[in-house]
Amino acid sequence: MSRVFVPLVLVALVMFGAAPFVVANAPFEQTMGLVQKIFYYHVPSAMLMFVSAFVCGIASAVYLFRRSAAADRVALAAGELVVLFGAIVLVTGPIWARKAWGVWWEWDARLTSSLLLWMIFLAYMLVRRFGGPGSEKLAGAMALFGMANVPFVYVSVNYWRTLHPKTSVVMTLAPGMRGAFWLCVAAFVILYVLLLTVRKRLEDTHAQVEQLHLALED
Amino acid sequence: MRQFLRVAWVVMRKDLTVEMRSREIVYTTVFFAASCVLVFAFALVREGRPLEDASAGILWISIAFAGTLGLGRTFERERHTETLRALMLAPSDRPAIYVGKLLGILVLMAIVEAVLVPMIGLLFHAPIFARPAWLVALLAAGTVGFASVGTLFAAMLVRARSRDVLLPVLLYPITIPVIIAGVRGTAAIFQSTPDEPMARFWAALLVFFDVVFVTLSLWTFEPLMTE
Repeated sequence: MSRVFVPLVLVALVMFGAAPFVVANAPFEQTMGLVQKIFYYHVPSAMLMFVSAFVCGIASAVYLFRRSAAADRVALAAGELVVLFGAIVLVTGPIWARKAWGVWWEWDARLTSSLLLWMIFLAYMLVRRFGGPGSEKLAGAMALFGMANVPFVYVSVNYWRTLHPKTSVVMTLAPGMRGAFWLCVAAFVILYVLLLTVRKRLEDTHAQVEQLHLALED
Repeated sequence: MRQFLRVAWVVMRKDLTVEMRSREIVYTTVFFAASCVLVFAFALVREGRPLEDASAGILWISIAFAGTLGLGRTFERERHTETLRALMLAPSDRPAIYVGKLLGILVLMAIVEAVLVPMIGLLFHAPIFARPAWLVALLAAGTVGFASVGTLFAAMLVRARSRDVLLPVLLYPITIPVIIAGVRGTAAIFQSTPDEPMARFWAALLVFFDVVFVTLSLWTFEPLMTE
């Protein structure tokens, strides 16, 4: 990873630099007009938020059952990224909703389930931060249960309310929008991988320092 | 399997015997649940008339609050006397201990609900006898879902710092589907014309939730409780 890291950073920079121009050139959506452009950042962030939740959940399961400390560090990095991308989703969503639906917040299925998923991972971060020694396992269980909870949250909230455009919207995009959209998705995926790697490496170094510290004291 | 059930039974009986001697948790939790309902009554009753459709929500929120309190107190007792470690040292299946604790919590929550439901009927004019079987089914399935996750988290939190605040912080986001299903299912049978297919849908979701989360808890209890 360390060999491709710098080139990937460059690729991501180029992609994020190009994205505003590509997005600006993409055709306007008929009913929503300019505000629909937020879609190019909102949807990729939402996708990565869900992907990251699953990365965190699976890494936590590996940590709990295989006792792999490295998996725990991946889980921590992924958990933080759920909160980060979730924050992007929950900021861009209401801005879009204000223009498209006329309200900042609507108790719609997808909004509510994103909010709940975000809450679960905020709770995950709280345990890690304030749980004291031994809280890694507790946090691991939280991530695992949070991941298992995703379908339940989705079904229950879906039957409770619904208003959001269906996911099939991605497949039925106008041809002019498709290129810009997938460029943004690719850029966000690269960003995600980079952040995950950096954060994991930071935790690895932390663990190493800790070990050296203990070795010095003995 | 018989050994497993026997251990679970013994752990539950131990919890209930301790509780029967002091009755501390039952009395305080029931009183807390009743005061919850009263607080909601003052917020949601206008001109002497309860808000329509509020009763199901109040019932389930009170159950969730009282359940959290009961879970916290039950494990605080174990922590105070250092008995959870002793329990873990016992030469028996760890999941059996989990099931025993879960059964104890379920009995406690059933007592709380037996007080709460008539209160809701009395104070909010909820038709609790409209579909009694569905009401009991929803309450049972919802309570198992809530308590299965709650018992696992409360057991793990025994060793953690700031456990009092972390239990609701962890438990509520995870059990939101239980609350939604419980409230919507109960509201469906509290309507003037009970909507049975709706109640069936939510009860099915609750049962599915129970199966998944009880399995997950049984599966993770062993690695989680190993120091």
